[in-house]
Amino acid sequence: MKWEVVIGLEVHVQLSTVSKIFSGASTAFGAEPNTQASAVELAYPGVLPVLNRAAVSRAIRLGLALGSNINRKNVFARKNYFYPDLPKGYQISQMDLPIVEGGHLTIQVGDEEKRIRVTRAHLEEDAGKSLHEDFHGMTGIDLNRAGTPLLEVVSEPDMRSGEEAVAYARTLHSLVTWLGICDGNMQEGSFRVDANVSVRPFGQAEFGTRCEIKNLNSFRFLEAAIQYEVQRQTELIEDGGRVVQETRLYDPDRGETRSMRSKEDAHDYRYFPDPDLLPVRISEAQIEAERIAMPELPSAMKGRFMSEYGLSAYDADLLTSSRELAAYFEEVARASGQGKLAANWVAGEIAARLNRAGLSIAACPLDAGRLAGLLARLVDNTISGKIAKDVFELMWESADSADAIIEAKGLRQITDSGAIESIVDEVIAANARSVEEFRAGKEKALNALVGQVMKASKGKANPAQALEILKKKLTA
Amino acid sequence: MINSTLKALSQQLAAKAISSEELAGLYLDRIEAANPLLNAFITVDRERSLQLARAADAVRARGEAGLLTGVPVAHKDIFCQQGWKTSCGSRMLDNFISPYDAHVIERCAQAGLVTLGRTNMDEFAMGSSTENSWYGPARNPWDRNAIPGGSSGGSAVAVAARLAPAATATDTGGSIRQPASHCGITGLKPTYGVVSRYGMVAFASSLDQGGVMAQTAEDCALMLNTIAGFDERDSTSVERTGEDYTRKLGDSLAGLRVGLPREYFADGLSADVARVVEAAVAELKKLGAEVVDISLPNTELSIPAYYVIAPAEASTNLSRYDGVRYGHRAAEYRDLVDMYERTRAEGFGREVKRRIMVGTYVLSHGYYDAYYLKAQKIRRLVSDDFKAAFESCDVILGPVAPTAAFDLGANADDPLQMYLSDIYTLSVNLAGLPGMSVPAGFAANGRPIGLQIIGNYFDEARMLNVAHRFQQATDWHRRVPAL
Repeated sequence: MKWEVVIGLEVHVQLSTVSKIFSGASTAFGAEPNTQASAVELAYPGVLPVLNRAAVSRAIRLGLALGSNINRKNVFARKNYFYPDLPKGYQISQMDLPIVEGGHLTIQVGDEEKRIRVTRAHLEEDAGKSLHEDFHGMTGIDLNRAGTPLLEVVSEPDMRSGEEAVAYARTLHSLVTWLGICDGNMQEGSFRVDANVSVRPFGQAEFGTRCEIKNLNSFRFLEAAIQYEVQRQTELIEDGGRVVQETRLYDPDRGETRSMRSKEDAHDYRYFPDPDLLPVRISEAQIEAERIAMPELPSAMKGRFMSEYGLSAYDADLLTSSRELAAYFEEVARASGQGKLAANWVAGEIAARLNRAGLSIAACPLDAGRLAGLLARLVDNTISGKIAKDVFELMWESADSADAIIEAKGLRQITDSGAIESIVDEVIAANARSVEEFRAGKEKALNALVGQVMKASKGKANPAQALEILKKKLTA
Repeated sequence: MINSTLKALSQQLAAKAISSEELAGLYLDRIEAANPLLNAFITVDRERSLQLARAADAVRARGEAGLLTGVPVAHKDIFCQQGWKTSCGSRMLDNFISPYDAHVIERCAQAGLVTLGRTNMDEFAMGSSTENSWYGPARNPWDRNAIPGGSSGGSAVAVAARLAPAATATDTGGSIRQPASHCGITGLKPTYGVVSRYGMVAFASSLDQGGVMAQTAEDCALMLNTIAGFDERDSTSVERTGEDYTRKLGDSLAGLRVGLPREYFADGLSADVARVVEAAVAELKKLGAEVVDISLPNTELSIPAYYVIAPAEASTNLSRYDGVRYGHRAAEYRDLVDMYERTRAEGFGREVKRRIMVGTYVLSHGYYDAYYLKAQKIRRLVSDDFKAAFESCDVILGPVAPTAAFDLGANADDPLQMYLSDIYTLSVNLAGLPGMSVPAGFAANGRPIGLQIIGNYFDEARMLNVAHRFQQATDWHRRVPAL
């Protein structure tokens, strides 16, 4: 039987606010345990939560970017359960009235574009961490993370392969970092994915029974976990078994998922509106203010790059994969006045060089202004394309400008016809065989002769001029 | 001196007829003598109090004293106070020394008030008799076999027995007004949101409201001036410009429309209370008030609605008491769940457990709509009743409780009977309105009876003036129990 995979993702996006969602404590990562937990996170008697409006602002921005409905009235609710890293005994989250509802994210899988619908995104506080190692039969609690603002983005079950799920997660990841609402650091848990996975026979309308795989903190794990889970479920059904609805954990060391708790163990969370927090009211004015403050979205920028600079869809897509890269490209394009050329160099040499060095564009040793200077010398024929690549290498290793390197190394292109003519004469004299072949009608031989001129000039002769002079002399 | 009002004490201090240290010493001596009989205080720390008093004297010596600088006051053990045990009447918090001050405590300290001690209360403010305190019941100074009311029983006893000229208190379903009535003093519960709940140990967050108890309405106004005001640390705190709650004191009552809800004078009201309230209404008529017949048809429903909403909120507010970070922890346990269970079984008393169970039940999957949502709808109806009533009257008058204080232990095994006695006070909390209890007479057995005054939203100044004019014409509030 042929099986169809159905996947929906729940992504916990940690919002990049300076302080926590319900207190003034810092959200900075990596501090000594429990040094960033105020009386609010410790749930002392009498303390009260006060909503951090910066978290609301970030949620609105994602909602606008996804084309979602921003609920003008949204409500915080208490989700009740006992656990030592949840000091209040309840998590403040949103249930019936989340801040963001509806919307979609467009993903690119191969040549296909696909719309993945977003169900909702709600604000909530993170829990603390239970540390089960290093305490000899005891559990340590670190409440630094408690109260960190999260936006849980829930998709519809619209994905049909692990590849699509990864594309969705990557696109959402680049969107939230693009918007500046999340630092995107997956190692530190700033972007955590839960995957709901089920399979069904092709053509069947109803969904199969799903399993939820929790806390996948890399795209690689996401893909591997889904792959394992799909295989597990199909084998189970084909062997006459039945998938049980449950929560599973992915073990990256063993490359498999294992059961964490079944539906029967599910808590009754006893959600109800938190009486300590009034419903959040969002005005039209605030939504407009957020809209204005938002950067140009990647999809809009991609379209503009295509029309304004004549880029291909592929290049425009690549250059808008992050805000920093897009800004870098655009600075080079504007400074050099050469959009297409800038795109070729940024998407080509720069991307390859960064990739090899394992650097992000932010850490690029060659700033946009210097690259534009190099392109200018290329355009005005001071250097050839081949020499430009050599100059590029030298610029990468130094802080020098293209002009300084061209001068210091004497790389200026030879455009003086007299100088080229004398080189051509030497080449013709030294390559009688190629000259014969050309005269015998072998056009290719001319290329070899141009190559010899370039070689003799150490690459500095203008190749177009060299060709022209060669032709003239050989056909004279 | 000991029978002086807050206002009179303030004048004595200003005239340097007495120092704050001497005054505090006077009250602390009385507390030391009377507390073994009355159990009004959970914590008294003589040295600490005297230190505060000396600091207030120093402020006065520098010429920086305010109106209430150096005046002593008692605090209900529900307000977190830095360095003081804040037990909330519970074994769970018997070892809890607060690391911070509640808003109310901060405001009192800023005004220079001197803390005399921490008053007894029903555990987590759940109760109407102070019998649910881990520290044993407080006793009514008018009759030590009677309950003082609750949950702010200790504060009421302290003011009535002149162990403090004023006290802070809280009111979730009548916890200021009912003990004030039973102890023959004046108690004020402000509009929900007027006094910040920051640092007030939570019982039912949407109903809890801090307030004050004193001998007179005028003193209550002075205390409210001290503790009211917007606080950004409490999201339900109302953002309004400050007001002087004494500003209407002395205004004429001529033409004041006084609403008498039919439902408050029906079956269940004792003859004693009916007689006292009717006499009080007659007194106000003499002062120029006009009586208007009004109806609050959903009064009876406020009992079941309250006893769904309050336990629901309480059940999750009290989840934080798990033995992990502070407070009581069971001495022995097998694992995490066992630790939770033993800690909470040992740390909470019967009434608290009962309400946690009820609250957990009404929020459970499958019951939420039938109980919690239904109760919220009734809450809206109750508020609407008041809104309609205030179309035709300026204040509402009625009894505080159906009877004068009952005997200690009389209802201890009948929680339902205890709940029913809250009928005249609960709806005010459900609606979030301000309410007062003012001494208005005595039952045949000599136990005090209060008159309830209910004001419109943020109309505390007018409500206080009605009480003030009544107190100018009567002397019930000057009666002092013989100890």
